[in-house]
Amino acid sequence: MKANDVILQTATKVVAFIIFLFSVHIFFAGHFAPGGGFVGGLLTTAAIVLLLLAFDLKTVQKALPFDFMIVVAIGLLLALGTAAGSILFDVPFFTHAFDDFALPLFGVSSLHTAMIFDAGVYLVVVGSTITMIQAIGGDS
Amino acid sequence: MTVIANTLIIITILVGLIFTVVTVIGVIRLPDVYTRAHAASKSATLGVLSILVGVFFHFWLNEGHFSVKILLGILFLFITAPIGGHLMSRAAYVSGVKPTELTVGDDLAEVVEQAKKEQANKK
Repeated sequence: MKANDVILQTATKVVAFIIFLFSVHIFFAGHFAPGGGFVGGLLTTAAIVLLLLAFDLKTVQKALPFDFMIVVAIGLLLALGTAAGSILFDVPFFTHAFDDFALPLFGVSSLHTAMIFDAGVYLVVVGSTITMIQAIGGDS
Repeated sequence: MTVIANTLIIITILVGLIFTVVTVIGVIRLPDVYTRAHAASKSATLGVLSILVGVFFHFWLNEGHFSVKILLGILFLFITAPIGGHLMSRAAYVSGVKPTELTVGDDLAEVVEQAKKEQANKK
């Protein structure tokens, strides 16, 4: 029979945004609180999986027109890039640096290169899990 | 002040606990899927919500930490738990689980019947 899932789709439109915002929060809180790239990436995946459950595969691919394999590649490049950047300053591989910057909207905030590494982890986790799920869920 | 705060916290957490226990009793004792889904989705939601409200007040009034995460959790649970119950009962109905003998009326039956017929005609 024809599926009537108006309730699921309407709720998904609200709930997916809440999950996504929470994943961003978890990602940025990673340095001082539980969380970080891996959990944040998994939560973003959960939001996308909810979209996949409520709508179909093609609609989600249209809404998020990324090739998630390339997302994995970008994530690995970011992680390797932050690790390799330390060589330029004549310090051991994977040495991180941080400093306080006066940003226009956020005030004085401490920025750390571990964040870029974490962003790499985040992108790899999102990309690989979504690639797996799309590969299993798709027909071809 | 602390006495009032602690009373508030204890009352909300106790209410949540009682509602959760009522949920468990309902899930065990009610006769079919739909009445059980009714018990599980309504009173469990309220139970967990009041426990979360108690935890929120504890951290706010006793520890001085205003936790937005718990408020977001309350909102999230309030949106999603009834929808989970709805989807499970609907899936049960469409896959042909009969309601209990005590049921008086069943308005959804003809709609589902008609939809199934239409699909059969298409094939």
